Amino acid sequence: MDNPKMEVSIVQLRGITKRFPGLVANDSINLEVTRGEIHAIVGENGAGKSTLMKILTGLYQPDGGEIYLNGTRVEISGPRQAIGLGIGMVHQHFMLIPRFTVLENIILGSEPARRGVLKDKEARGLVEELCRRYDFKLESQVRVWDLSVGQQQRVEILKVLYRGAEILILDEPTAVLAPQEVRELFVNLRNLKGQGKTIIFISHKLDEVLEIADRISVLRRGRMVGTVMAKETDKRQLSEMMVGRPVFLKTEKSQPRVGEERLKVKDLTVLGNLGRPAVRQVNLTILAGEIYGIAGIEGNGQSELIEALMGLRKILSGQVLIKGQLTSDKSVQEIRALGVGYVPEDRHRRGLILPMMVWENAVLGLHRLRDFSRPTGLNFKNIFAHTNRLVREFDIRLGSVDLPVRNLSGGNQQKVILAREMSRDPGLIIASQPTRGLDIGATEFVHQQLIKAREQGRAVLVVSADLEEVLSLSDRVGVIYNGEIVAEFRPEEVTPEEIGHYMLGTKSLLREGVGA
Amino acid sequence: MFLSELLASAIRMSIPILLAALGAVYSERGGVVNIGLEGMMITGSFWGAVGSYYYGPFGGMILAIVAACLMALIHAIVAVTFRVDQIVSGVALNILAYGAARFASIALFQKATMSPHVDGFTPWNIPLLDQITFLKPLVTNLSPIIILAFLLVPLTHWVIQRTVFGLRLRSVGENPLAADTLGIKVYPLRYSGVLISGVLAGLAGAYLAVEHTGMYVEGMTQGKGYIALAAMIFGNWSPVGAMGAALLFGFAESLSFRVVEGGAIPYQFIKMIPYVLTLVVLAGVLRRTTPPAADGIPYERGGE
Repeated sequence: MDNPKMEVSIVQLRGITKRFPGLVANDSINLEVTRGEIHAIVGENGAGKSTLMKILTGLYQPDGGEIYLNGTRVEISGPRQAIGLGIGMVHQHFMLIPRFTVLENIILGSEPARRGVLKDKEARGLVEELCRRYDFKLESQVRVWDLSVGQQQRVEILKVLYRGAEILILDEPTAVLAPQEVRELFVNLRNLKGQGKTIIFISHKLDEVLEIADRISVLRRGRMVGTVMAKETDKRQLSEMMVGRPVFLKTEKSQPRVGEERLKVKDLTVLGNLGRPAVRQVNLTILAGEIYGIAGIEGNGQSELIEALMGLRKILSGQVLIKGQLTSDKSVQEIRALGVGYVPEDRHRRGLILPMMVWENAVLGLHRLRDFSRPTGLNFKNIFAHTNRLVREFDIRLGSVDLPVRNLSGGNQQKVILAREMSRDPGLIIASQPTRGLDIGATEFVHQQLIKAREQGRAVLVVSADLEEVLSLSDRVGVIYNGEIVAEFRPEEVTPEEIGHYMLGTKSLLREGVGA
Repeated sequence: MFLSELLASAIRMSIPILLAALGAVYSERGGVVNIGLEGMMITGSFWGAVGSYYYGPFGGMILAIVAACLMALIHAIVAVTFRVDQIVSGVALNILAYGAARFASIALFQKATMSPHVDGFTPWNIPLLDQITFLKPLVTNLSPIIILAFLLVPLTHWVIQRTVFGLRLRSVGENPLAADTLGIKVYPLRYSGVLISGVLAGLAGAYLAVEHTGMYVEGMTQGKGYIALAAMIFGNWSPVGAMGAALLFGFAESLSFRVVEGGAIPYQFIKMIPYVLTLVVLAGVLRRTTPPAADGIPYERGGE
């Protein structure tokens, strides 16, 4: 009976289909996950990974197909039932309450209690026992807002373990982590696997998947392309399975030919929303013809820095010079008129007005220019000609320019922004998280455009949470931690691990002894 | 003697603010802004007087609580279930309460603006302490509601911090989506927060009419619902903090009465003291407080 060689399918999906209006998100998908393995599911954005996992956790009901757990057919009606069946989801965007303690976050919803009164000691004992068993280093009484992103993720994992999960689904768990934190996460995951837990690991980062997974299943456009053993495949094969065609994994670029100073930041200090300095004494110089990348874990002052450069946030002290001109007394419009192209980090809240038409978005902020306006209103003829030219040049896929920009895919939305910002021949381009949420094809396109801009002699500032992206694009990289640029490198002279130390604040060129 | 009398009056003035502010703690920790406290207090003051007139003070309290709870239920239905802007709903409630009280007053007492005199509870003295001359004004002639209000402070703290209900209530005020994914029912918890605030605001109004004044007078709440809201904010959404703030506002009000008796400054200015203090305190403090993260934000299931 207890033959260890015999593989037991803990999860089995047969012919799972899920349709949304105008789209088949999951097209009769078959998947088998073996007990005690780490099974990765990879695919581009929109390949159907999230939909599949939402079906497995009961957030969606499939239109067709069957789910088997340990060989028994089940219907999963909701997250609560899923966890009852031992399926726990660790969300990409943490579902934590920052003001609550680690303990409160973990027990919330299934609290040890007698007649409605919390049994604190028992709760603490349970959580500490969990931490011990899986070797998680966490203090149960610390508030979550004092934790690092990696620690918060551990709380999320503990939440599902506390609820007795046997199958853990992790949705893009490394997207927000520094390289060191990824190491720790992998150690934790191997520990869990060692204790017999099954892990479903969703990702699009192939290096990581190849390192941690036992088997890898690839989804493309809602269909299951296949399942491979991690040991028997490589990055090239996987990316071809994902995209359906060969992919250039390396960004090709020539030696930089740098020119004059386009952006100079001197001792810049900017306050954050909480009234404390979010950017501290930052110094930066970016030359024409180079890409300067800012690496860092999100929330270390990147957003505030960019907002200050664009005139969206008040400068507390220090100076910003664009093409040699002080920006402190200039409005956003005047700063843009100096020749600054801006790709904001959140294209839905800034950068586009979703309900407005594509042509309206294509001239947003430029509508005052003589080309696009007349004394009596807008010059529609020129605006449409301009928009159609951009659509051609940037290969924007759309039904019509006279449709709301909301209807476009994320990649095409980003192309609209990029096209608009490039159309003014900017001397400086500021791009914040330029490929967030884009699929491989669109990411490639954005990268090519940024490199093209550099070759045309523009200065480019790229801020990204994706370290790999920063390293592959940039000529120089600055690492931001706690509002300070703590180090500057050329990408070829540094390893991701080295940069990770600076991102986590465990190392600093500026001052020693920065600790958590 | 002057000081202890001043303090005694400050405590009495602070009770309606304290009760309503404690109510606001429940509502707002659960994520619902309750600017309708003023209306619930108006309702409580009127029906408290009515109940007391017909059935005695205990009946007054019960009737006030039931009536204010109905107002709170309207707020919950409109602001939680139908996700209308919570400020708009609250303000509408205040206007409704004012009109409803006037209407009912004409119907029951044939007078729009006041009720006949009503009897309150028999006041209590705290034994032993009432023998000390200095403390005498503080510990004699106390309404039981005063004692109840102060007992509610630690009780509220305990409920919010130490019970399953409190933990879950706080969770829906901080991150309802997270709570929902853990199987916590967001709407019932938000309803109960709002309804508890109705109970306490009703009690606050009834105290004002039955215990403090001995009758209902139109406009007798004088914006105390708003001041209670300010006290709760000043107290950083905690019951103990709200008590401190309520005592401060109560003190300002009783001080203004004393100074009026002095007569050196035109009394209109003196009467402004509590309101000016409210503004100053809020302007100075608001930046440093941290409201529950989802306070005032309606929750919609499946909404991104």
